[in-house]
Amino acid sequence: MQGGFFGGGSGGSVCMSTVSMEDNVVMSSEDSSSPDEGELELGLGLSLGGAACFKGSGPRGCQQYARILTAKDLPSKVSVSSSSSTTSSSSTLSRAIATAGTKRTADSVAASNGVASQVVGWPPIRSHRMHIMVNQAKSQVTEEFSSMNKRKNAVEEKVGNKNINSDNTKARTSLFVKVNMDGTLIGRKVDLNAHGCYETLAQALENMFLRTTTTVNMTRLSTPEHKNMIDAKRHSQLLGGSSEFVLTYEDKDGDWMLVGDVPWGMFTSSVKRLRIMRTSEATGLGK
Amino acid sequence: MKIICFHEKSFTILNTETEFRVFTLMGPNPKMKREFPDSTRSSPFPDEVLERVLSLLQSPKDRSAVSLVCKDWYNAESWSRTHVFIGNCYSVSPEIVARRFPIIKSVTLKGKPRFSDFNLVPENWGADVHPWLVVFATKYPFLEELRLKRMVVSDESLEFLAVNFPNFKVLSLFSCDGFSTDGLAAIATHCKSLTQLDIQENGIEDKSGGWLSCFPENFTSLEVLNFANLNTDVNFDALEKLVSRCKSLKVLKVNKSVSLENLQRLLVCAPRLTELGTGSFMPELTGRQYAELETAFNQCKNLNTLSGLWEATALYLPVLYPICSSLTFLNLSYTFLQSLELASLLRQCPRLRRLWVLDTVGDKGLEAVGSNCPLLEELRVFPADPFDEEIIHGVTEAGLVAVSYGCRRLHYVLYFCRQMTNAAVATIVQNCPDFTHFRLCIMNPGQPDYLTNEPMDEAFGAVVRTCTKLQRLSVSGLLTDLTFKYIGQYAKNLETLSVAFAGSSDRGMQCVLEGCTKLRKLEIRDCPFGNVALLSGLEKYESMRSLWMSACNVTMNGCRLLAREMPRLNVEVMKEDGSDDSQADKVYVYRSVAGPRRDAPPCVLTLSGL
Repeated sequence: MQGGFFGGGSGGSVCMSTVSMEDNVVMSSEDSSSPDEGELELGLGLSLGGAACFKGSGPRGCQQYARILTAKDLPSKVSVSSSSSTTSSSSTLSRAIATAGTKRTADSVAASNGVASQVVGWPPIRSHRMHIMVNQAKSQVTEEFSSMNKRKNAVEEKVGNKNINSDNTKARTSLFVKVNMDGTLIGRKVDLNAHGCYETLAQALENMFLRTTTTVNMTRLSTPEHKNMIDAKRHSQLLGGSSEFVLTYEDKDGDWMLVGDVPWGMFTSSVKRLRIMRTSEATGLGK
Repeated sequence: MKIICFHEKSFTILNTETEFRVFTLMGPNPKMKREFPDSTRSSPFPDEVLERVLSLLQSPKDRSAVSLVCKDWYNAESWSRTHVFIGNCYSVSPEIVARRFPIIKSVTLKGKPRFSDFNLVPENWGADVHPWLVVFATKYPFLEELRLKRMVVSDESLEFLAVNFPNFKVLSLFSCDGFSTDGLAAIATHCKSLTQLDIQENGIEDKSGGWLSCFPENFTSLEVLNFANLNTDVNFDALEKLVSRCKSLKVLKVNKSVSLENLQRLLVCAPRLTELGTGSFMPELTGRQYAELETAFNQCKNLNTLSGLWEATALYLPVLYPICSSLTFLNLSYTFLQSLELASLLRQCPRLRRLWVLDTVGDKGLEAVGSNCPLLEELRVFPADPFDEEIIHGVTEAGLVAVSYGCRRLHYVLYFCRQMTNAAVATIVQNCPDFTHFRLCIMNPGQPDYLTNEPMDEAFGAVVRTCTKLQRLSVSGLLTDLTFKYIGQYAKNLETLSVAFAGSSDRGMQCVLEGCTKLRKLEIRDCPFGNVALLSGLEKYESMRSLWMSACNVTMNGCRLLAREMPRLNVEVMKEDGSDDSQADKVYVYRSVAGPRRDAPPCVLTLSGL
């Protein structure tokens, strides 16, 4: 049977897993309100598990319904666009859209730059290649971030006199680490080397997770709760200790620390990943 | 070239793809008819001559055309055909094939619908090769070559093959599944005349690398060995000995288990290779070993194809420079290269005609392609991290545009990207109007032109209008019916069309079915096309190989109607768990002279319109 529906933008793909994983209650209520023949439903949705079904024809674009994700649906990462336009990763927003039942417009579709990874068989890459890429990517990333130095040294020794500076001196201009936020399934990546200090980093993360740069379309749909988020003050919330969330990181020893305690350089050399934690859960993290 | 045949006082003029000496058959000879009034011969040529002449024809299309001229020609063609190509294993039965073609040495057989590569087809769907092998063992005991694509092949089948065909020479398995390395061991053990073993991208159960050691010590005939996509370690000693004694080995593609150090030893054994797939390219050599590898590459004067290069980094790519100048095909699709690294490498490869890369090279990398590879004909850009949470890698429209400016001979592109514009595509095809294969995958379904927010209709409109030779097209992005109107209007040479998350109404699919006269394969997923669209192609499907529609609006009733109206089509429906009874979740329609298949699993319903 058809799952619920959702709409709009990259929020589409992002929201899907968010909503379905976390808000089963919401989903099932949407089930019962599943559309009849010919009724216009929410815009861009993504077929999950191949169970998508179109009811009625005529309206432009895809109307698809998602099943409630189960474990076998492999709820791994879902992509979210980082490029200029919209991102909407908050589950609040997705719920807002779900209840709003808006028609899809070109604009809201324009917002969709996220990649739909939860769609079966999409993008159309042979599973064989997929396995190889995933495995290699993992090892690649691990190497980049935690054993870069180790490898350089090892290579230096082995290759002897040969000039290997091509690798050593090649400026590693980016240092991407994963960032997850409590309550959001979809993680992001942030380039630490693009920031020189904690303030800009925090700002960037806030922009990613706590606010959307969605266009006017989204504000049309927003609930009051959501509107508050948009209107939130732009100074740092994550570092101020005054918001609902606090920024933490896992260092190379596996310990979770509050961000901001140590000098920036020390931080970037020991950080493995970031987590935006609910303040209520952050007790015990030494300051 | 044309063959002009005078028969029964009428002419038949055939266009063939092959250079062919023009000859004329003398028409029904009235003198002959008077002298031999009972003669049914319409041509004075002995069969042997006709057969000899027709045996020069290679292309299956030519042969099909020739076989339609008259009965004599049909028979002569049947007796002179040694290679049969079966694009859909269920379109015909092995018995029918054997009845028509008595002397077949080489078979190419394709099974599952292409979307099975993307997990859209149930596992037990079918396409088992075994029934074919059983018939071949009796009818074609001297079979030499078998090439399978998307077939189910068991270890038992491989053993059966190895044991029952003493002349067996060539085995190629692409995107097949159902077998393990045990099956390969059987092939290695028993096929004394094997020249090619090509195992690519299969769902193989990789139990151990021991199969390679099964080639007997006196076995020397191997010319092609490709086991690049297997994972388990092979015994390197056995591999080295094999490579040493097979003096005719031209193609060698090893798997990741073969280290660089060992690669060097293989190259020393086989400097005459034309195609090489390296193993792991992890930079772990000593200075001396690196130098030895460089020397070994220097000796390989004939290499034109290079692949593998797993875990290659910029550090060691220079070791390839000696062979780069003669490379025509470079497959870097398993190598995470950045733009500068690719640029350095490509500066050495001016003769490149085919290039496969990962999108880690970025637009800058593709600019380097445009600058350095003027002879490029084919480009494939794969996504390194298709499910990337944040788009830190990847290529945009700019990359492909840059390539199009530098590589005017480009005619095949497969491009995965996260953004595209109508204007960019228009520029690309203006620069490269000779596209035969245009496969664009904008990875987010239904994404519009990111600059104008418009649908991507005009992009594909430009493609079909400009590229008159277009044979294969894959569309993506936000598309309305207008795209399909364009396709139907202009894409007169289109043979294969892949559509996903596109279209607005039945009209879209109708336009394609009405307009694309040469369409053979149509595969559609997640589009709002329903029964009206499906049934509009009623008379078309018999001239096509197959139609696939999944997650569209087609119902069981629509499929039943189709099945009833067109009894020579097999209409198969696969239902999803828990879906509406009336919906036809996945529909596969194909022409067949073998009737409905008898090996369909329970999840596949064959509709017969009753």
